[in-house]
Amino acid sequence: MTNTEKGSLLFRPAPLLALLLMLGPILAGLLGVLLPAFGWMPVLGQERLTLAPFSDLFVTPGLLRSLALSLASGLIATCLAVLLTIGLLAGWSDTRLLRSMQQLISPLLSIPHAATALGFAFLFAPSGWLVRMISPDLTGWSRPPDWLFPHDPFGLAMIIGLTIKEMPFLLLVSLAALPQIEAGKMATAARTLGYGKVASWLYAVWPRLYRQIRLPVFATIAYASSVVDVALILGPTNPPTLAVQLVRWMSDPDLSMRLLASAGALLQLVVTLAALALWWLAERILSHLIAHAIGTGRRFQKDGVIRWLGALFNIAAVVIMLSGLAGLALWSIAGLWCFPDAMPVTLTLQNWMRHASMLSEPLLNALLIGLLSTLIGLLVTIACLETECRAHRTPASRSLSILYWPLIVPQVAFLFGLQLIAISLDVAYSLWSVVLSHLVFVLPYIFLSLGAPWRALDPRFAGIAASLGHGPWSILFRIRLPMLLRPILTAAAIGFAVSIGQYLATILMGGGRWETITTEAVSLSAGGNRRLIGLYAMLQMLLPFLGFLLAVGVPHILFRNRRDMAPTNR
Amino acid sequence: MPEADTSKAGLQLEEINIKLAGHALIDLSLSVSPGEIVTIMGPSGSGKSSLLAYLCGFLAPDFRAGGRILLNGKDITSLPPEQRHLGILFQDPLLFPHLSVAGNLAFGLSADCKGRQKRAQTIAGALADINMDGFEARDPATLSGGQKARVALARVLLSEPKALLLDEPFSKLDADLRAQIRSHVFGRARQKGLPTLLVTHDEMDAEAAGGRIIRLDPCGL
Repeated sequence: MTNTEKGSLLFRPAPLLALLLMLGPILAGLLGVLLPAFGWMPVLGQERLTLAPFSDLFVTPGLLRSLALSLASGLIATCLAVLLTIGLLAGWSDTRLLRSMQQLISPLLSIPHAATALGFAFLFAPSGWLVRMISPDLTGWSRPPDWLFPHDPFGLAMIIGLTIKEMPFLLLVSLAALPQIEAGKMATAARTLGYGKVASWLYAVWPRLYRQIRLPVFATIAYASSVVDVALILGPTNPPTLAVQLVRWMSDPDLSMRLLASAGALLQLVVTLAALALWWLAERILSHLIAHAIGTGRRFQKDGVIRWLGALFNIAAVVIMLSGLAGLALWSIAGLWCFPDAMPVTLTLQNWMRHASMLSEPLLNALLIGLLSTLIGLLVTIACLETECRAHRTPASRSLSILYWPLIVPQVAFLFGLQLIAISLDVAYSLWSVVLSHLVFVLPYIFLSLGAPWRALDPRFAGIAASLGHGPWSILFRIRLPMLLRPILTAAAIGFAVSIGQYLATILMGGGRWETITTEAVSLSAGGNRRLIGLYAMLQMLLPFLGFLLAVGVPHILFRNRRDMAPTNR
Repeated sequence: MPEADTSKAGLQLEEINIKLAGHALIDLSLSVSPGEIVTIMGPSGSGKSSLLAYLCGFLAPDFRAGGRILLNGKDITSLPPEQRHLGILFQDPLLFPHLSVAGNLAFGLSADCKGRQKRAQTIAGALADINMDGFEARDPATLSGGQKARVALARVLLSEPKALLLDEPFSKLDADLRAQIRSHVFGRARQKGLPTLLVTHDEMDAEAAGGRIIRLDPCGL
């Protein structure tokens, strides 16, 4: 064993620790609901295995509708988001439209789901901004119309809200994957054979791109089929989606409802798996259809209508998202704003000042939890990647797919079990239990973001440094970390944004003792205080934004005289 | 540090063999005396870069390698890379992009050179040696190709290596620059009495080195 290998002994537990931090809570949480689901819960004096929780579950009024809503929102929202992505990439690759969409969308990705959903609600509610803008001139309404939207019984608001939030995610994941598969060359080759722009892309690029983005798509399905915060803000109320129903049971003062909730958590797991299985089936069918279509040799040269529809829907999605967020910002500084005025009569900072003392605790909590989980996530990730470097090892693709597990297992299914375990161990509602539950989601995102640039760093730099007489630690601190400062800070900003956006983990593991701007924003959404909601939602946007500002600004200042450290030269 | 007797001065490679997936790439014994430049020639894929990686101690674990490396009589085969005192130059100058020119040289300069002022003087002297006086604060990205190559060489020499390994260090330079840098590097290696091993696929490099030439074929020796 050489000294270099000895030096890495310190790091060797890192991959194991990462695995434990990501998968440990998931497995423990699933086990934690398994026993109560079958009636075993000694804390409540239930010590007999029984199927009673399930029989109670299955007679819940409206359960089938809840299941259908969960399944539909997972599949339809993902399908629409994928179609939007295809529409933009197939019709508009290498155009100014795609570039400007990319620039617009990148910052939107870091905004928590809850803030986006609140913006959507503010825009489309009967007394929302859209109705105000066209009333009373176009509609003649001097009072808000009597629509049930958002919260419509079919979940349309929820599905559209999820779609416009997931589209940026899938688009950016795709844009990151496209260079790896030489998409440009492939599409050009198809075009020289006479295929239309859209057909060239669909035939030559999409099948291979899809293979690259399959796990993110699965994560989107799983997320959309089990999401709680967006469903609370936009979804139907009676019955709600299964996940929302579960949270109601979990927080019911009648403790025996915990058994019902546990059985429901397992059902949620089945529903999400069913959504994934249906998607998988559709994948098979579509790949056969595409293969068949290729076989016919049709060129589909007239694709103008399709291309413009793709552009139109994508632009609409971004415009909806941006105007929703603008609406939130406007409400946070609105003075008097009566229906149906399109704009507030006055703008004021009074809302901010009056509520400053109320905002500070959730803000500080969010900061504390976010910074701690980001810091731990970053250290564990760097330790893992450094271990890999010192062992000259390249990662197996299987270990990469593990990173998606925490994003695919429905949160509501395992977080409740984790809460039950934390309660029985008497560590519930502590800062660390919240931080650890955030890490389950923060860690994979940091890893996914930092892994590629870390592994792409030319290993000869470390070789040179070693031949100049520098040991592994000197190389880490003086070469690798400074050279990777930009991606490290970006990964940290992403991790921080993920933590800020966590709703379910924070309420279940924090049990109301760790209110953050996100939990406050969601719980206020049921009430009508738009100014207050606007304030919290603004904070939700500002905090991740500040993180990214630092991630861009710090390297910019430190390396202002180092041309090869500029982002485009890496 | 055990001082070697002069009879063993230089770089000795004893029965170095490198295999990749059971396929022998390198099987070689060689002695390079101080100030001598030995050229190893071979097409790409012949394992010549793997040989240098093995000598430096950072051969990827996919390779199987054996044999002894002696530097001035001392066995360095199992030492970690940073204790081998082998300086290496690659095709690219690989100046650290986050450090200034002086920062790069300071990173190379041996820690035995102590004191802020003395280190700064040594670095200034090294820059003067390569006709780049006053370049301390410059961003390496703003240097010309020839200047980068010279800074890379100065950085290696400041680390006081006991042998020099050259991994096609001239192949990316323009033709007119190549001759100039080549004679500069070879001149320094001879002047410092460094046993030098050059791997290349360029006949001109081998000719200019003016020493023994060992030819590898694609399937090893």
